[in-house]
Amino acid sequence: MQVNKYRPLIVAFCCNWCSYAGADLAGNNRLNYPADVKIIRVPCSCRVNPSFVLRAFQRGADGVIICGCHPGDCHYTSGNYYTRRRMALLFSMLDYLGIERERTRLEWVSAAEGAKFAATMNDFAEQVAALGENKRLEDLRCKR
Amino acid sequence: MQKINRDVLIDRAISLLNSGQVSSVLGWRQGEFFYDVTPAVFTDENDIRENFVWNDFCGANFSKYLVSKTKASDGKILVFLKPCDTYSFNQLLTEHRFDREKVYVIGIPCEGMVDTGKLKAQVGDGLVSAQSTEEGLLVTTLYSDEPVNVDIKSVLAERCINCKSKKHVAYDELLGDEGQIEDSDRFDEVARIEAMSPDERFAFWQGELSRCIRCNACRDVCPACTCEKCVFDNPVSGVENKAPVNSFEEKMFHIIRAFHVAGRCTDCGECSRVCPQNIPLHLLNRKFIKDINGFYGEYQAGECVGSRAPLVDYNLEDLEASDVFEGRDTQ
Ligand code: SF4
Ligand code: SF4
Ligand code: FES
Repeated sequence: MQVNKYRPLIVAFCCNWCSYAGADLAGNNRLNYPADVKIIRVPCSCRVNPSFVLRAFQRGADGVIICGCHPGDCHYTSGNYYTRRRMALLFSMLDYLGIERERTRLEWVSAAEGAKFAATMNDFAEQVAALGENKRLEDLRCKR
Repeated sequence: MQKINRDVLIDRAISLLNSGQVSSVLGWRQGEFFYDVTPAVFTDENDIRENFVWNDFCGANFSKYLVSKTKASDGKILVFLKPCDTYSFNQLLTEHRFDREKVYVIGIPCEGMVDTGKLKAQVGDGLVSAQSTEEGLLVTTLYSDEPVNVDIKSVLAERCINCKSKKHVAYDELLGDEGQIEDSDRFDEVARIEAMSPDERFAFWQGELSRCIRCNACRDVCPACTCEKCVFDNPVSGVENKAPVNSFEEKMFHIIRAFHVAGRCTDCGECSRVCPQNIPLHLLNRKFIKDINGFYGEYQAGECVGSRAPLVDYNLEDLEASDVFEGRDTQ
């Protein structure tokens, strides 16, 4: 038996109206996705201030994924369009600083897409696990 | 050498003050040394005659001071703005940070400002005086017998070498001729960093940012940073002070700082000017500007009052976050 096998810590911000419901559907349908994924429910993907993403990394996340309604479907009409711009710029900046670009992702998942939710999380968790621990964005001040 | 000399500025300041059109003047005054010229408020004619400074060391951008000064004053304030300062001025107006009616702007042409660090690197420490000549500066120091001739181009601040515009985008009165928007190479350095491998980029930024002493000068000077309460002062933010380890913790501060001004940063260069550690903060700001230009179309913050900053705007056809790296193969 393998003990202490490295498991990534993944934070998934999911908007209440689509992606969180998508996660629910995945659960109801008994679709597997790794327990390493910790979901944080937000009212809308645009609630995710870029500093939330940084804060997650600072406190030890190995990967951060933001999920929201598909463009055009945001419960608040346009929230996810702002999210899209913010995250595009943030991801590009992290890359510019030499931080692995595979640690961040933005994905649109609707309430009907339980299968997509599970597949996305499986894929993302695998991708992050392959990178190993988040060293470049860790913050010793926040490590316990 | 600056095109307009000090006497012209002083004359205008005194006549506006004496006619009662303005009640105070925001200008430069000599600090501890001749090269550390600091912003000051003048209300007295004699004080202006004696202490008003205008030379190649007047880097400070006064726009941000208007936020607090207009609140504190009932009368109008006369402010002298260089071309790049007027962009910050407009950006602040766009964000409704002060009352335009309370300000009288005199635009002054700028031939570029000296980076004291570069000057010291060239002639050594102990600067005593510098006299502007046609081609440059005649500098005397404590340790050289003869004054040294310095080519002005070799000591200009980075932001002046890569000046984006000599055009005033806001003024009530302009001294000298109307300038032009310049062709600058300000994104070359960003492109050079982009072309590095991730490991090299990480090492580069670790080298730069770990020198940060978290004095917060870059935040304090920035005309786009005018919130009354700042996350960096919040004791539970985790980024409120310097990390007590010899590591790279300050990256959080820097990403947040640069992101906070993304789309609103006019690239005035004040942050890099004031950094005591010579951290090239403009390379972070310009990365955002370059990306915004590339992803969402050319945008210059502060070019006109009332324009919508790219991060509070969107387009249905905007690129997806996953497409950001398309065509960039450095991995
Ligand atoms: S971030 Fe720097 S260059 Fe941009 S507006 Fe602020 S001080 Fe000026
Ligand atoms: S001015 Fe320089 S040293 Fe001070 S906080 Fe900003 S980057 Fe750090
Ligand atoms: S409510 Fe789902 S993205 Fe806005």
